[in-house]
Amino acid sequence: MAAPPRTFAQKALARAAGLAAVEVGQVVDARPDLALSHDNTAAIRQIWLRFGRERVAIPERMAITLDHAVPAPTPRHAQNHAEVRRFVAEQGITHFYEVGRGICHQVFSEEALLEPGQLILGSDSHTPHFGWMGAFGAGIGRSEMAVVWATGELWLRVPESLRIELQGTPPPWVSAKDAALHVIGALGEDGGLYASVEIAGEAVARFSLESRMALANMMAEMGAKTSYLEPDEAVFRWLAERRVRRVAREGRSGGDGEPSTAAIADEAARLQAGALYPDPGAPYTATRRFDLSAIPITVARPHRVDHTIELSDLGEVHVDQAFIGTCTNGRLEDLEIAHRILKGRRVAAGTRLLIVPASSEVLQMALARGWVEDLVASGAHFGTPGCGPCMGNHQGVLAPGEVCVSSANRNFRGRMGEPSAEIYLASPAVVAASAVLGRIASPAEVMES
Amino acid sequence: MTAAHLLRGRVWKYGDSVSTDVIFPGKYTYTLRTPEEIAPHALEDLDPEFARGVRPGDIVVAGRNWGCGSSREQAATCLVANGVGAVVAASFSRIFFRNAWNNCLPAVTCPAAAAAIEPGDVIEVDLDRCLVRCPAGDFSFPPLSPALREILDAGGLIPWAQRRLAG
Repeated sequence: MAAPPRTFAQKALARAAGLAAVEVGQVVDARPDLALSHDNTAAIRQIWLRFGRERVAIPERMAITLDHAVPAPTPRHAQNHAEVRRFVAEQGITHFYEVGRGICHQVFSEEALLEPGQLILGSDSHTPHFGWMGAFGAGIGRSEMAVVWATGELWLRVPESLRIELQGTPPPWVSAKDAALHVIGALGEDGGLYASVEIAGEAVARFSLESRMALANMMAEMGAKTSYLEPDEAVFRWLAERRVRRVAREGRSGGDGEPSTAAIADEAARLQAGALYPDPGAPYTATRRFDLSAIPITVARPHRVDHTIELSDLGEVHVDQAFIGTCTNGRLEDLEIAHRILKGRRVAAGTRLLIVPASSEVLQMALARGWVEDLVASGAHFGTPGCGPCMGNHQGVLAPGEVCVSSANRNFRGRMGEPSAEIYLASPAVVAASAVLGRIASPAEVMES
Repeated sequence: MTAAHLLRGRVWKYGDSVSTDVIFPGKYTYTLRTPEEIAPHALEDLDPEFARGVRPGDIVVAGRNWGCGSSREQAATCLVANGVGAVVAASFSRIFFRNAWNNCLPAVTCPAAAAAIEPGDVIEVDLDRCLVRCPAGDFSFPPLSPALREILDAGGLIPWAQRRLAG
C-alpha cells in the first residue's frame, strides 16, 4: 500500500523524532536542531539549575542573542545580561551574539544557523519566523527550554495543518505585511490556532526572501504553532553563501578570500537535499485562497491584530510616534521603502519617527547606501539593532494616551509599556508616509504631493 | 483522587483574546523572577482588582484564545503565584496552554462552561471525571492527553523531565 500523503509538519516532526512517519495528533520526543533563547537565558538557567547538572546537554545546538532590552536600560537589565554572558562562557556556547548584533530571528537567519527541513524551538513566540526557509519553528516556554538544554529534546504534538494559497500580484504599495494583516483579519487572530500554517500558491516565489520572513513571522499572530513556505533556489543560495562564509570564518583557516562559487553551489545542493515539501493531497483542516491583487493597504487598529481595516476607510488618526523595526519589518527592504518615501521630505512637526534596524548587518547595509544619513536628515532617529520598544521594555515606549503607528506584529493593550496608548500596525511604507504627514496615511498621498 | 485533580473555587471572569501583555506586562519580564515579585503584577493591565482580591483556589474563566501573544511563562506562573487553581476557557493559545500545565496549573478547554459561568460563581473542575460543575449546570470536556496527565502527576514539567533523565 502506498504511504498516505503527508504535510510538512508531519515530515518535519518525523525527521526531528527520528521516526519514519508520524500521524497528526501523535506526541513525539523531538530533538531540535537549534534551541533559541535571548535575554530570557538567565531566567531559563535558574530553572535549568534544578537538574543539578554542570553542563548543558547540547551547547553546540544552542543559539543566544541579547536583543530584547539592549543596550541595558536599567542596572537590573544590565545584571540580567551579565548573567547571560557568564552562562555562555561557562558552557562554551559559541553561537552567542552580543548587544547590538540584532534580533534573534534575523541574526540566526543571517548567520545561517538553521537549514530547511530542520526544527528550531525558541523561548520566543515569533519562532514560527523560520518558516520563511521551510524550517519548523515553534515557540516554547522557559521551563521547556530548560528541559531542552538538559535533555536535548522536548515532547511535541504533531499539529493539524492549514493551507493558505496566495495568488496574483499586489497593487502598488501593498506589501507582504498588508497581505499578512489582511489574512489575519479574514481568519481571525485564532484562525490558525495550534496549526502548522503552510503559505503556498504561485505568488510566494515572487516575494523577496525578506518579505517571506514577514509573512512567516506574522502567522504567530494567528495562533500558528509553526509557519511554512516552500523553500526554493533563492532560499538555498542565500543560506548557502552565508553558511560557507561563516564556516570559513569560524574555521582555522580564518576564511581568507572569497568562497568559491563551486563551494556555494555544493552547499546549496546539500541544503536542497534536506528540504521538506508537503505531498500533493496532504490533509489540511482547510485551504483558504487569497488574490493579492484584491488586497488593499491594510492597518490593524488597537488592540487586536485582527481588528483590521482598509487604510482608505480609517479616517484621520494623529500619530505621535511612527516606528519602523522589529523581527517583522526591520529589514533592508523596509528601510529602503522608508528611504524612498522620506528622502527630501521631513517628519511632521508633532510626530517622531523611530527606526530600529533588525540587525547590525541591516544597519551596515543601510549606512553603506547612504540611507541612514538621508533618514536622519529627514528627522528620523535610530535605535540600537534589536527589538526596540516593541514589547514595552525601553527605547521608545509610549506615554499615556499616545498613538503609535508601527511596523511590528502586535498591538495588544499595554504592549509598548503603557495600557492607555494605542498601537496601529501597518507596513513600513505606511509608517513612513504617516511620519511625513503626522497622521496615518497612504504612501501614494506622500509620493503624489 | 488527589487534591490536584479536583479544584473548587470562586470565579474571575474575562472575555476573548486576553493577551499575555495584559496578563503579565513585557516590561517586567527580564527583571522580576520570584513568585513574590511577579504575583502583584498578575493581570495588571486587564483588571487591577485581580491581584488585590484574588484568593488561593480561585479560578479564572475566559473566552477564546486566552494567553495569546508572547511566550512568557510568567503569564501562567503569575497566576500560580497567586494560588489560582485552574483556568477554564473557550480556547487557549498554545504556548500559554503548555506553560500552564507544565507548572501544574490546569488549563481546561470547555467553551460551553466558559459561556455559562458568571463572575463570582463558585465552580468545580474535576479532572478525573472531565467535568466543570457550575451553577448553570455540569459541562464535560475531553479527557486530558496522557502526556499532560503524566506531567501533572509528576508535579510539573521539570520533575517529569528529572524522572525521565534518572531513567
